[in-house]
Amino acid sequence: MVENRPAPETSRRRFIDWLLSRTLTTWLLSTSVGGLLLAILYPAGRYLVPPQAVESTSASVTVPFTPEDLEPNTGEIFRFGSRAGILVRTPTGELRAFSAACTHLGCIVQYRPDVGHIWCACHNGHFDLNGRNIQGPPPAPLETYAVNVRGDQIVVSKGS
Amino acid sequence: MAWWAGWMARGATWLDQRVGLAGVMMLAKKKDVPVHRHTIWYYLGGMTLFLFVVQITTGMLLLFYYRPSAEEAYESVQFLMATVQFGWLVRSIHSWSANLMILTAFLHLFSVLLMKAYRPPRELTWFSGIGLLGLSMAFGFTGYLLPWNELAYFATRVGTEIVGAVPFVGDFLLRVARGGDDVTGATLTRFYAFHVAVLPGVAFLFLGLHLFLVQKQGMSVPPSIERGGGANRVMPFFPDFLLRDLVGWLTALAVLAALAAFLPAELGDKADPFAPAPAGIKPEWYFMFMFQTLKYLPGHILGIEGEIVGILGFGLAGALLLLIPILDRHTARGQPSKLFTWIGVGVIAYMIVLTYLGYTASPTQ
Repeated sequence: MVENRPAPETSRRRFIDWLLSRTLTTWLLSTSVGGLLLAILYPAGRYLVPPQAVESTSASVTVPFTPEDLEPNTGEIFRFGSRAGILVRTPTGELRAFSAACTHLGCIVQYRPDVGHIWCACHNGHFDLNGRNIQGPPPAPLETYAVNVRGDQIVVSKGS
Repeated sequence: MAWWAGWMARGATWLDQRVGLAGVMMLAKKKDVPVHRHTIWYYLGGMTLFLFVVQITTGMLLLFYYRPSAEEAYESVQFLMATVQFGWLVRSIHSWSANLMILTAFLHLFSVLLMKAYRPPRELTWFSGIGLLGLSMAFGFTGYLLPWNELAYFATRVGTEIVGAVPFVGDFLLRVARGGDDVTGATLTRFYAFHVAVLPGVAFLFLGLHLFLVQKQGMSVPPSIERGGGANRVMPFFPDFLLRDLVGWLTALAVLAALAAFLPAELGDKADPFAPAPAGIKPEWYFMFMFQTLKYLPGHILGIEGEIVGILGFGLAGALLLLIPILDRHTARGQPSKLFTWIGVGVIAYMIVLTYLGYTASPTQ
């Protein structure tokens, strides 16, 4: 009897060849589709991420009001580069400056003469006159700035 | 026969040969609506859709005058409200219809939840519906900023800061949402793009799927009715149900006109990034329950910042809400599911109580 079936090795060989070509096709197709998607999605994704803005590096600022403008038991917002700061004259007459961005969710705080605290209206957070978070949701104290009075100029600076 | 009847008939034949009107009529005739004691809730989806159409229409009209930049946005809305003829009407209807649409979407969600209409085979309808509700809230959040007033500015600051508190990817998401590190004109442009282009596009996809599934599967009959022997009769969708829909829509239009006339949309003061947040600041009412929850959370819970706990909590709650069709095994098997009824009632009660507190609790104490 004549054996017509190919030797097992040949058939296995053929199967592997077939599988390889299959895998190769799939691989080529999927990588090119993947490559195409990547070539579209990557630039689109990068496009949506805003470029890094140049931060103002100045470590100090002269606020646009004089020490006489600020009565005891009041506070005033000033610009510190692109951020907001708050300058407070305590009931005892001392000048203190903090970052005005609430450490909870970033609202601008204000001075409340009625309670003698710095207060954030957004979620009812309270800070004392050292910037410490004393009541409500804020998780951390306000950043403290150094205040120097030179004549009728008030200079507020970061770090000490 | 009137002279135009012949024209009409010829026109209908012309169309029929090209698009097959007979098939459309068949489809309309086939659809019917079960009549039982909860049928009234079936109108909420259609009502939400109607208000969405009002939003698209009035939104298009607003685009004729609105200018999306920090320097001009507030002034352009002011001009629209004060000088443009009926500008106040268009903007007020847009604002009121947005609020009513979110309200009817929430009511629609709750009715579907309590009537267990999410059970198989309608899981995809539920998923797309939750997606549409999320999109509606995103529409609300982005649209709120566009007039560039003080309230909107701080609501956006807080809202995006919340995004920034998401663990690991928060900073990245915050920058993408704001178009920079702070809420500026760049944020306004971004929100504008989302509000008028990205969100409508995505909403149409979800809405298409949602409506297709409703059309394909028909109305769900609540299990309680099914156990009592099913709906005793049906009403044809066309024209019976549609005409009733129409009565609701016309009423809604009248209500919108009245609200816009008596309580026109306010504008407030222009946003100033260097002014303190005003006392009594609050978000749109549909974010109020979350806003109020954040107020009650302390600075730290078990060593984690309170707001992060709150945000993760709401994220988890949202995920559970989305997955209800999969989690509720009893209803899927056709058994009563008291637990999920109570979860639904609990969620509704929580949202109502916290919203109530948000409007009544003293903002300053």
